[in-house]
Amino acid sequence: MEFKLKIWRQKNASVKGKFETYTLKDVSPEMSFLQMLDYLNQQIIESGGDPVHFEHDCREGICGSCGIYINGRPHGPLRNTTTCELHMREFKDNTTIVIEPWRSKAFPVIKDLVVDRSAFEKVIHAGGFINANTGSTQEANNIPINKKISDRAFDAAVCIGCGACVAACKNSSAMLFVSAKVSQYALLPQGKVEAKERVENMVKKMDEVGFGFCSNTYACEFDCPKGISVEFIAQMNREFFSAKVCKQKS
Amino acid sequence: MSKKGFSLTSISHKYIMAAAGAFLMLFLVSHLSTNLLLLAGDGGETFDKAVEFLLTNPFIKIMEYVLFAGFIIHILIGVILELHNRRSRPVGYNVPLRSETSAFSRFMIHSGIIIFIFLLIHLYQFFFVKLGFVPKYGGAESTVDFYPMVVHTFQNPVYSIIYIVSFVFLGFHLKHAFQSAFQSFGLNHNKYMPAIKIVGTIYAIVIAVGFSIIPLYFMFLYK
Repeated sequence: MEFKLKIWRQKNASVKGKFETYTLKDVSPEMSFLQMLDYLNQQIIESGGDPVHFEHDCREGICGSCGIYINGRPHGPLRNTTTCELHMREFKDNTTIVIEPWRSKAFPVIKDLVVDRSAFEKVIHAGGFINANTGSTQEANNIPINKKISDRAFDAAVCIGCGACVAACKNSSAMLFVSAKVSQYALLPQGKVEAKERVENMVKKMDEVGFGFCSNTYACEFDCPKGISVEFIAQMNREFFSAKVCKQKS
Repeated sequence: MSKKGFSLTSISHKYIMAAAGAFLMLFLVSHLSTNLLLLAGDGGETFDKAVEFLLTNPFIKIMEYVLFAGFIIHILIGVILELHNRRSRPVGYNVPLRSETSAFSRFMIHSGIIIFIFLLIHLYQFFFVKLGFVPKYGGAESTVDFYPMVVHTFQNPVYSIIYIVSFVFLGFHLKHAFQSAFQSFGLNHNKYMPAIKIVGTIYAIVIAVGFSIIPLYFMFLYK
């Protein structure tokens, strides 16, 4: 296969970037998208150029680092698939592929296709955890959890924090990410203890770090590589409402 | 939001937007049910009675202020959302977003602006006459004799078309708005959401078609 690749190149966060076009020949349809970029980089390095920087780690769809905006879709044309699990056979031969970094004020470009996603970390630090005393582990069956509830918490917990929801949203809102994190804890007994403070703190931080506001277009659900439902956004709205309404006067 | 002074979180915006929107959706039902009396074919007699009831009912007088507050809050937050969201992506994409989302949801600000412009025209034609800012027309006997003004307005095809086009956009706006309000209130449940979406679509069609019938009636059937 042969592709024309139009790739965003940007030296660092402070300079302006621009698109550069590369022609890549002999691409195997079995190559993953990232392998194709590796293949391109090898050729760039051999000719003495600066390789295209992109983030990757596990290459099996669970680490959340390989977010790239491909032809107008975060993680490319396939639904429920991360960039690393996308294969070149999904593209038409002899076409142009436009490759861009995530675009959001909260995710500034560091270099080429790599963005700084520490805004997500800040939201997690604001409440995406439970406090538990250390000591010997207690008997697991002491806290019975309904299987349906645990499955539902898991449906939220599959979020890999890749940022595709922000990239796909016309408003660059992080509601799907934050709601998945809020919900996975709020559904389970261990997380319920601090549910009210958690949702308030995480929403506050989400707004502070510069994400946009949600207008329920549901692009996030469509482009989430893990298929997380916007029902969790509704759940976060409920959690937030009950936290605000039921909070005791201090 | 800003660090100093009064600020609302993103979710509070959602709730207020949805609450104001839901109130306006109820208002539309009430407004449509009154207006459909224009079609009674009795020279506006029934319609005039309904208008008189609305003008003399103290509850409605209070609700008029609540209605204005509802419009102002809804419009203001819509504009705040749009401006904030535009700032949230200072550098855009080269290839526009291709995620499959409802076009109605993506163009809420645009349909909203069209409805706002319509609202200004509509207020000018009827509400401002009532307030005495605009002289009465169409042979109306008083500033609240709306029936002749309606006839006069809709026998002008330009106004009729402006109204009908606005109602179509209002329908588009409502198509997204109805289910979106439920989602914002946190009422998204996989058992009920499909039904809510269907009811929302029916509601949007009923409102858009219901209001459009009135100018069509006065253009083609009224003699």
